[in-house]
Amino acid sequence: MAGAGGGSNDVQWCFSQVKGAIDDDVAEADIISTVEFNHSGELLATGDKGGRVVIFQQEIENKSQPQCRSEYNVYSTFQSHEPEFDYLKSLEIEEKINKIRWLPQKNAAQFLLSTNDKTIKLWKISERDKRPEGYNLKEEDGRFIDPNTVTALRVPVFRPMDLMVEASPRRVFANAHTYHINSISINSDHETYLSADDLRINLWHQEITDRSFNIVDIKPANMEELTEVITAAEFHPHQCNTFVYSSSKGTIRLCDMRESALCDKHSKLFEEPEDPSNRSFFSEIISSISDVKFSHNGRYMMTRDYLSVKIWDLNMESRPVETYQVHEYLRSKLCSLYENDCIFDKFECCWNGNDSVVMTGSYNNFFRMFDRGQRRDVTLEASRESSKPRQVLKPRKVCAGGKRKKDEISVDSLDFNKKILHTAWHPQDNIIAVATTNNLYIFQDKVN
Amino acid sequence: MSEEIEGTKTNEETVVNDQNDMDDKVISPEKVEEAKLKARYPNLGHKPGGSDLLRKRLTKGQKYFDSGDYNMAKAKVKNKLLPATTSEKSGGGEITGDHIPTPQDLPQRKPSLVASKLAG
Repeated sequence: MAGAGGGSNDVQWCFSQVKGAIDDDVAEADIISTVEFNHSGELLATGDKGGRVVIFQQEIENKSQPQCRSEYNVYSTFQSHEPEFDYLKSLEIEEKINKIRWLPQKNAAQFLLSTNDKTIKLWKISERDKRPEGYNLKEEDGRFIDPNTVTALRVPVFRPMDLMVEASPRRVFANAHTYHINSISINSDHETYLSADDLRINLWHQEITDRSFNIVDIKPANMEELTEVITAAEFHPHQCNTFVYSSSKGTIRLCDMRESALCDKHSKLFEEPEDPSNRSFFSEIISSISDVKFSHNGRYMMTRDYLSVKIWDLNMESRPVETYQVHEYLRSKLCSLYENDCIFDKFECCWNGNDSVVMTGSYNNFFRMFDRGQRRDVTLEASRESSKPRQVLKPRKVCAGGKRKKDEISVDSLDFNKKILHTAWHPQDNIIAVATTNNLYIFQDKVN
Repeated sequence: MSEEIEGTKTNEETVVNDQNDMDDKVISPEKVEEAKLKARYPNLGHKPGGSDLLRKRLTKGQKYFDSGDYNMAKAKVKNKLLPATTSEKSGGGEITGDHIPTPQDLPQRKPSLVASKLAG
């Protein structure tokens, strides 16, 4: 266990690249808020608190070799959202990008949806590698030619130029959410997508911006009776009529849009029974689900709550089929974690390409992987100290109490400001993107 | 005499409490943490996941007096351009509502684009 990097077939994770500034003084705008690979894994998008999106493209060093090192380099960057002011409530609307979701590729251009708290935007990212030259009425630099000086006509031709990647906003889906958008999910029908805020979920058509259908509304008539909020939502990867949403009380509801227009009544309710004698002040807070993700094969879903990752079989609502403890040693630190607000941190989780391994982040820039088949788990660290090219990551261990062994780190030494909330796994290969506060780390399977 | 008896009583209670604490520690570190929290904040509500917490979550964000107040705050944070009058009055504390904005004070509508360091 000490030598292996964890993951199926003894994957050894190696440092590949790190993006972002080295300095410790982190500007708020540079805090990474979302990371997402596209469907082929060729593109990797990040969003930050400053409303900016940066897209990296994979450039394979040697295409002829089956196992080759690949690097992600900047492909495009643009300002997706800007801060706005809600005049009615006198509140600021943050430009922070909460989620990015890629659309399946239909033509040469790439499309993604990015959202802040209130507005979703469809961005088109297209390449331009040719430009027309030889206009009759315009110079190459754009100056107009006096028509009276033109003596002969020529046909403009397209000539190759340096690759230019352009991002343009194609649709803006605004004014449909009273509360803060936490999720967007693209439907497998390639036509619609959903957006979820704390109390409502809306269904949109990708082409239509002035209308959306409300499909879930859990707002009580009297806000004093509010007991739970929606924390995440996702469409099933293959069944276009099915979606799930998770709540702050640790439940997941699966809804079928064929049943009725308003899916307030769930088709399935996934909830693990709790031992009432173990209930404490913190129970509900730590049971709040921060992320829900379907497996690629559509048979399972994974949820992340504060201390654990749970895998659910869609056919069994009574309890999860697998539970993995992410950082159980924090259970005896809940009081201070409540005081410094860390108990409200929203960690995400992700599946690998064949659904055999799941990954999620933790504190101290640690992240965890759980191999479902081999029943092994590993803790790795994203740090500048382990950033030599192709350096194999050494497994880390946290000492919960008692005697601390060499190379172990004690719970009290963990840096709770260094949190890994966002991670992403390449859809096919063993390439992962791990976001620390303001840096993006890319790790790869060791290549011989 | 009575003091002695009381002393004994207290000792017994202490022993019993220790037993309970030990049981709690063995059974639930969460309950120990809960006790710690209640000791520090005795006025903490008994419905932790209830309305108050959720409603705070629903209305996150800093409230400003109006859009002028908001734009002035943005200008100070981004451009760090402080009109002379402001620094005299505010004493460097508040970032909002210290003077009535004039057209010259307001920032450009679109803030200058600063590229992400990830793209650097």
